[in-house]
Amino acid sequence: MSRFSLGKYLLPTYTILAFVFLMIPIAYTFVFSFNDPFKNTTGWQGFTFKNWTGVCNNVDVCVAFGNSILIATIATMVSTVLGTMLAIAVTRYEFKFRSSTNLLLFLPLATPEVVMGAGLAAQFLNAGIPKGLGTVILAHILFTLSFVVVTVKARIATLDPKLEEAGRDLYAGPVQVFLKITLPLLLPGIMAAALLAFALSFDDYIITAFNSGTEVTFPKFVFAAAVRGIPPEANVIGSGVFFFAIALVLVFMIGGRMRAKALAKKN
Amino acid sequence: MSTLAVKPQRLPTAQPKKSRIVLLLLLPGLIYLGLFFVTPFAALITTSLQAPEPGGGIGRYQPGLEFGNYAYVLEQYFPQILRSFIYATIATLLALAFSYPIAYFIGVKARNYPILQGLMLTLVIAPFFISFLLRTFAWKEIFGQDSWVSTLLRDTGLMAQNEFLLGTPLVVIFGLTYNFIPFMTLPLYTNLERLDTALLEAGSDLYAKPSSTFWKVTFPLSIPGITSGTLLTFIPIAGDYVTASRSFLGSPNTAMLGNVIESNFLRIQDYPSASALSVMLMAAIVVLVSIYIRRTGTEDLL
Repeated sequence: MSRFSLGKYLLPTYTILAFVFLMIPIAYTFVFSFNDPFKNTTGWQGFTFKNWTGVCNNVDVCVAFGNSILIATIATMVSTVLGTMLAIAVTRYEFKFRSSTNLLLFLPLATPEVVMGAGLAAQFLNAGIPKGLGTVILAHILFTLSFVVVTVKARIATLDPKLEEAGRDLYAGPVQVFLKITLPLLLPGIMAAALLAFALSFDDYIITAFNSGTEVTFPKFVFAAAVRGIPPEANVIGSGVFFFAIALVLVFMIGGRMRAKALAKKN
Repeated sequence: MSTLAVKPQRLPTAQPKKSRIVLLLLLPGLIYLGLFFVTPFAALITTSLQAPEPGGGIGRYQPGLEFGNYAYVLEQYFPQILRSFIYATIATLLALAFSYPIAYFIGVKARNYPILQGLMLTLVIAPFFISFLLRTFAWKEIFGQDSWVSTLLRDTGLMAQNEFLLGTPLVVIFGLTYNFIPFMTLPLYTNLERLDTALLEAGSDLYAKPSSTFWKVTFPLSIPGITSGTLLTFIPIAGDYVTASRSFLGSPNTAMLGNVIESNFLRIQDYPSASALSVMLMAAIVVLVSIYIRRTGTEDLL
C-alpha cells in the first residue's frame, strides 16, 4: 500500500520518453542514410546500401569531410598543447595577473560564436589576409582553447599532490616529476579535452562560415545543401561519425570502470 | 568556472608555487589569445565605426568615428534584436523545465547504479555526436509541409490547410530548445549529483510534503547548477543563426540577431553594421551575465 510516489514511476517514465525524444533526429539521419534517391533527395524513395558502400561517389561530400578532419586534427593538436600548459599554469602557479588570466580564459566561452567569427573575419579583412584553410584552423584553435583549459583544470583538481611530493622526495628532478608522474596522471583529462576539441571543431559551422572563404567543410556542405535536401551520403557520414563517437565514449567508460575495479582489488 | 565541467571529488590541491616556468607555460597561450581574441575585438570596434569610402563600391570602407552606425543598426534591426532575446529566454526556460527531471533522475535517483548513470549521460550527450546541421535538418523534414506531423495537424483541424509549421516562431523556438538541451542537462546533473540526500530525508522526517522539500531544499541547493546551465544555454542561443535561418527552421519573420550579422557581413558586405551589432550583442551578454551572477550569488562560477 505504498503512496503514489513521484520518483517511482513518473520520473523514470518521463526520462525514458525524454531520451526517445532526444534520439528522434539521430534516428531520422540514420534511416535516411539508406534512402535511395531518385531525382530528388527529400522524402523516402526506397531502401539501399549503396550510399554506405559508395560514400565517395559523391565527391563533394568526401572532399568536405576530408577538409573537416584535417582542420579538426591540426586545431586539436595545437589547442590541446596550449590549453594544457595554460591549465597547469593557472592551477599550479602563483603569479601576478592570475585572476585576470582566468577571466581572459573564461571570456571565449561567454562569447557567442557569431561574434567570435565576425571579429576574426574583421581582423583578417583589415590585415588583408586571404581566407582559406589556414584562417579556419587559426579560428578553430581559438574557440576550442578555453574548452581544453576547463577540462584539464577539472582533472588537475582531482590530482593528489602527495604523489608529486613523493617523486621529489625520491630525488626526481622537476622534469622527471612532470614526465613520469604529473603527465601520466593528467592524461585522461588531456585525452578528454582533445576529444572535446576535435568534436567541437569538426561540427562547427558559424565560425567556419565567417573565416573559410571558398573552402568547404562538412558542416558548410550540409548548410549549402539544406535548401534543396541533403544527399544521403551526408547522412552516411553523419551516422558513421555518431556511431564512432558513441563507441569511443563507451570504450572510455568501460576502460575507466575496469581500471577502477582493478585498483580496488589491489587495495 | 569549474562548475561547468564534471567536478569529481576534490582532494587537497597542491599549494600554488612561484616559479619562472609559469611564464613559459603561459606565454604561448596568452599570445595566441591576444592575437586572435583580444585584437579581433578591437578590430570589431574599429570596423563598427568605419564610414563608407567616398565613391567606393560595395564592401569598401575607410577608418572613421561613425557612432551613428550604432543608432542606425539599433533602429533598423530592433525587431531582430528583441526577437533574439525573447526566443533565447523562452528556449532557455523550456530547456530548464525539460532537463531538470532528467538531471534529477540521473544524479539523485540513479546514484547507486554507476553503469546506468554512465549510459544515461551518454544518451544525454548523444545529440552532440550527430552534426548540429544534420539534426536541425532532420527536424526541418519532420515538420515539413508534407510530413506526417503537418498532415496530422491539418487532418485534426489544429492547423488550417494553408498554414505551415516551418518558419513559425513556435518551430524555431522548438529547434533552439532541442539543439541546446545537453548544455542545460549536464551542469544540472553535475550539481544534483552532489546533493546530500540526508537533507531530503530530514525534510520528510519533519513531515514536509515532497513538494515543499523540493522547493525548500533541493531547488535552492541546485541554483548554482541552474545558473551555469542557463548561461551555457542562453549565450549560444542568442547568437545562433542556423536554426532560425531560412534554409532550416526559420523564415524572414523569425530572423534573429545572428542572421542579421551573418547577412550583413557575408552577403551584403556591410561590415560596419555587422560589427556594430556584434559589439552590442557581446556588451549585452557581458552585462546580463554579470548582473545574473551577482543576483544568483554564484560569483565563484568563474
